[in-house]
Amino acid sequence: MEPIRRIVARTVVLPQRDVDTDQIIPARYLKTTERTGLGQALFADWRYDKDGKPRPEFPLNQPEAQGAGVLVAGANFGCGSSREHAPWALRDFGFRAVVSSSIADIFRSNALKNGLVPVVLDAEAHQKLLASPGAQVTIDLETRTLAADGLTAPFPLDPFARHCLMNGIDELGFLVSQSRAIDAWEEAACAR
Amino acid sequence: MKARTLFEKVWDAHVVEPETAETPAVLYVDLHLVHEVTSPQAFDVLRERKLRVRRPERTIATMDHSIPTTPGSKRFAIADPQAAAQLRRLEENCAEFDIELHALGTEGQGIVHIIGPELGLTQPGHTIVCGDSHTSTHGAFGALAFGVGTSEVGHVLATQCVLQRKARTLEVRVDGQLRPGVTAKDLILAVIARIGVGGGTGHVLEYTGSAVRALSMEQRMTVCNMSIEAGARAGMIAPDDTTFEYLAKTPRAPKGAAWDRALASWRALPSDAGAAYHRAVAIDGSALEPMITYGTNPGMALPLGGRVPDPAAIPDAAARASLEKALRYMDLRPGQPLLGQEINVVFIGSCTNSRIEDLRGAASVLRGRKVAKGVRVLVVPGSRRVKHAAEAEGLDRVFSDAGAEWREPGCSMCIAMNGDQLEPGQYAVSTSNRNFEGRQGKGGRTFLASPLTAAAAAVAGRIADPRELAR
Ligand code: SF4
Repeated sequence: MEPIRRIVARTVVLPQRDVDTDQIIPARYLKTTERTGLGQALFADWRYDKDGKPRPEFPLNQPEAQGAGVLVAGANFGCGSSREHAPWALRDFGFRAVVSSSIADIFRSNALKNGLVPVVLDAEAHQKLLASPGAQVTIDLETRTLAADGLTAPFPLDPFARHCLMNGIDELGFLVSQSRAIDAWEEAACAR
Repeated sequence: MKARTLFEKVWDAHVVEPETAETPAVLYVDLHLVHEVTSPQAFDVLRERKLRVRRPERTIATMDHSIPTTPGSKRFAIADPQAAAQLRRLEENCAEFDIELHALGTEGQGIVHIIGPELGLTQPGHTIVCGDSHTSTHGAFGALAFGVGTSEVGHVLATQCVLQRKARTLEVRVDGQLRPGVTAKDLILAVIARIGVGGGTGHVLEYTGSAVRALSMEQRMTVCNMSIEAGARAGMIAPDDTTFEYLAKTPRAPKGAAWDRALASWRALPSDAGAAYHRAVAIDGSALEPMITYGTNPGMALPLGGRVPDPAAIPDAAARASLEKALRYMDLRPGQPLLGQEINVVFIGSCTNSRIEDLRGAASVLRGRKVAKGVRVLVVPGSRRVKHAAEAEGLDRVFSDAGAEWREPGCSMCIAMNGDQLEPGQYAVSTSNRNFEGRQGKGGRTFLASPLTAAAAAVAGRIADPRELAR
């Protein structure tokens, strides 16, 4: 994984709350055995009409959305299914961070494993960003702050997750390095 | 020693390395369940990194999400070439890494959360994970069971461990006695309506109280299954004699002296008197009604006799917008009663409600009755064992005689990956767990309810109260 220290990008705003992972990527796209190429299917049922044409009113289809790197969404983003295809699709589309006032647990965990930074802001900062689509934001992992025009807001980020993101470390490597401790635990469990 | 909750006891017993400020805990996983949709990329990572499956004997796989449930369907006679390739990939991966697979067409096959418990692999005090959010189902046995993503499927395959921060605890106490016609499904829909679809975020729920204790194992699984719909990491119910009686009849529960030892440890699992939860909610079980959803998330639920709420009455702008959007999608009017709403399809199945007791419940309503004209009814048993048990009791004939389809086991219209799906605009009463937009087929509209309510809707062709039919 590439190390991430700072993300400087424009936002797209999807104000709905409780956006579930079935909306982020509908189940019919989960028959793939790959991790790549899912950006096409991102928000498919909201993004395209029944003939497969982009719906012009959907935020991701607006001209300003091209090249945006940060998705600002309503509360409880990513609820529902555990499909990691959701962060895969967001990353493949070009998003590098998701901002909300709350993010569902499994989605947050999956996002972290794919270099998609979950940014949880307080209600006031969240409201400001919801109200200013296309804003230029700087997300700094070192200081754990998000800055935009007239706004600097801190966000929580687990120290381990931050360390992994900033150094491009993946968790599997860390777990594999624990194999001695796991052996010992298994031996002790057998003896119990 | 400090009084501990059920969750804390199971957690403590599986900590390989404790969490610190810098690192999460390394938590050992007793049982890893695998299915075709969320595993192929994880096996690829193992190959890329030249890793083995650390404990193949703690890993068990099945085919459920993308398989056809057409009656009499042959193994791999699958119309969708992508789904067929995914299933073949699971078969190859299990062969390569020496994992027990319950493939399509075999006796042990079924929905992943149905087969674990029926085999007796789901046991009190265990940690269980699966690349599937409804892994919370297994918490009904007093296990700590949660869904993970595909990266973590790879972690568990390679190391039999996951990295976790300890969750907070939320006690959901339901006292009283459920009235006739009110089921476990109604109870959990009421809980989610109360705490909200994000209300359990960061928490493990423990369901306590006399109404919970009175539930059978199958009903407890229905409750724990939908913990994720409240955003919870997991849901748990302390094991008791009901749990032990169920387990004693399963093929893979410990036997003989091992059973006695296991039983002694299981009896020590319930939360200690005075153990503290971070939060608590209390619900009066005696006051519960049959519930049904009206919107596009499981928290948008009402008693069956209720009316669709009016967005204009909601002060919070985001909540109002969310309700407006849901009602547009569902094409429902504020103030409209739900009873009497016409429907097109009834789906009885899914890991929430496809066990034998669920099928018995639905059959009790359908026996000697006919499905309303123009309504399609799918009854999809959760596993081959459930299917055989139902057939041995003649339930298949009850369904067929009523005009319902008796299908092969699988996830089916719960996720609509295999051709079982709603047409755009159709209304379904469904015993599954998600009424998200498009979940049961693009443009399809879902009302979530109990098997009794679903069966009553099948007969009436509209949303109906099963208690009226019982009279
Ligand atoms: S029945 Fe539905 S919720 Fe359960 S595992 Fe299958 S797809 Fe998931």
